[in-house]
Amino acid sequence: MTKLESCLLDLLKEDCRLPLEKLAIMSGTSLEEVAATIENLEKRRVILRYAPVINWDLTDRERVEAMIEVKVTPQRDMGFDAVAARIYRFDEVKSVYLMSGAYDLLVLVEARTLRELASFVSAKLSTLELVTGTATSFVLKRYKEEGVIFEGEESDHRLVVSP
Amino acid sequence: MTYDRFLNPEVVAVPPSGIRRFFDLASTMKDTISLGVGEPDFKTPYHIRNMAINSLIDGETQYTPNRGLLSLRKEINRYLSGRFQLEYDPETEILVTVGASEAIDLALRAMVRPGDEVLVPEPSYVSYSPSVIFAGGTPVGVVTREEDDFRLKPEYLEAAITKKTRLLILPYPNNPTGGIMEQADLAAIAPIIEKHDLMVISDEIYAELIYDGKQHTSFAIQAGMMPRTITINGFSKAFAMTGWRVGYACGPKEIINVMNKIHQYGIMCAPRMGQVAAEEALRLGRENGYEDVLTMRESYDRRRRLMVDSFRSMGLHCFEPYGAFYVFPSIRSTGLTSEEFCAKLLREKSIAAVPGNAFGPCGEGNIRCCYATALDKLNIALDRIAEFVQEVKGN
Repeated sequence: MTKLESCLLDLLKEDCRLPLEKLAIMSGTSLEEVAATIENLEKRRVILRYAPVINWDLTDRERVEAMIEVKVTPQRDMGFDAVAARIYRFDEVKSVYLMSGAYDLLVLVEARTLRELASFVSAKLSTLELVTGTATSFVLKRYKEEGVIFEGEESDHRLVVSP
Repeated sequence: MTYDRFLNPEVVAVPPSGIRRFFDLASTMKDTISLGVGEPDFKTPYHIRNMAINSLIDGETQYTPNRGLLSLRKEINRYLSGRFQLEYDPETEILVTVGASEAIDLALRAMVRPGDEVLVPEPSYVSYSPSVIFAGGTPVGVVTREEDDFRLKPEYLEAAITKKTRLLILPYPNNPTGGIMEQADLAAIAPIIEKHDLMVISDEIYAELIYDGKQHTSFAIQAGMMPRTITINGFSKAFAMTGWRVGYACGPKEIINVMNKIHQYGIMCAPRMGQVAAEEALRLGRENGYEDVLTMRESYDRRRRLMVDSFRSMGLHCFEPYGAFYVFPSIRSTGLTSEEFCAKLLREKSIAAVPGNAFGPCGEGNIRCCYATALDKLNIALDRIAEFVQEVKGN
């Protein structure tokens, strides 16, 4: 990764709505080069999407989230990839990670209601033949995501004006 | 009861800091975005804080030697020699102080005799001149100009020297201008110091915050200047450790000895936990190539570019600052004085900046804005200032 790429990724991670002009100024390069570098990062799928961090609790949208620990039987020649693919194709699944430790896959699931989520686990996930066990934990409260603290800003302890 | 009889009239006569007045005004306002701060927006790196916590848990709560922990002084020596080619004997030539501020105060009090003149380049940090007065000397401002990138020019220095001149304070990288002195600039000053038999207090607290491929050069490594220089530095700016209050002075042992005498009677020693933390900052920095410092500098640099460019696109003349974390744009084209500009900006747009004249009369016409502030806030602040400038110019 070049220094410019690293700089642009840092800046976009902080605020993906920064206009190209500002990105160019802050990274000390030309508008064209910034545009080309970002396009290249997108093409290489380094940048996949520009998404905001949302605190859904402040909206009226009903939404439940769960983290499901999944034990699976790895397949010959395919390892965990094939079963992971079966799982991540479900729309309810937001993230899937292969984990070290007591279980194999960590699956983050989102649904509108508890009933929907429960039926996803019992009807869709558990019935996959390679899944040997699941443990579902519901998210009760979200404190911090993507480096952003949800409740209250971190206070600035500095004096307003100092020499 | 009136206390006039009990107060030292010379101290009373020193005007309060221009910054202080502004602080009082700004801190009464709600939801102000402050560009008036003078410290990093980073917290002290975790491993440094943790080291201090562990030291407290282990019961390391006693005095240290007056000059500071020897292990810290050794680290300071390694740091200065590795980073800036400065060699000081940890036993006799380094004194750990309560922030760089104490080091400056001690250097002045150790050297200034009644009636001595001390040259202070302006604009610069608000404490120099009062400290000179408190030490019994007379501060003499030396003008630096935007046309010269706020560097101290030999002709202005020479012009300010009289028979009474004894000391020069050399504050680079500079607060508030962000100006720096490069090798050639320093080399041009050195012969004048020699010729007039002066000493130099070189305040290099911002030495690590220098951008765009520029290198910090210490004044003491100029030919013949080691015996004539007290180098002042500290941990506040480079390691985001302002509240810890740890700085240091390095110089000829004869002067450090006298400074230590004042320090030992007045202060005893810098707080131990701060010293332990400072030692960790240098030790780990030496091992990992000053990763934390470089990361913070990189982040300041991005914001620095943004600030300079934004002020320029507002139509304000903005000198390119290569050091510290301030920009010092000229607001002359608005027709307002620095104080009017800042007061109005605070009232109308809730943005705090510091009027340039707080840093000496030749700072008039400029304002100091610190870019050590979160990017989202900086963007809002810049938008509001742009709006403000347009409104002011429109009238």
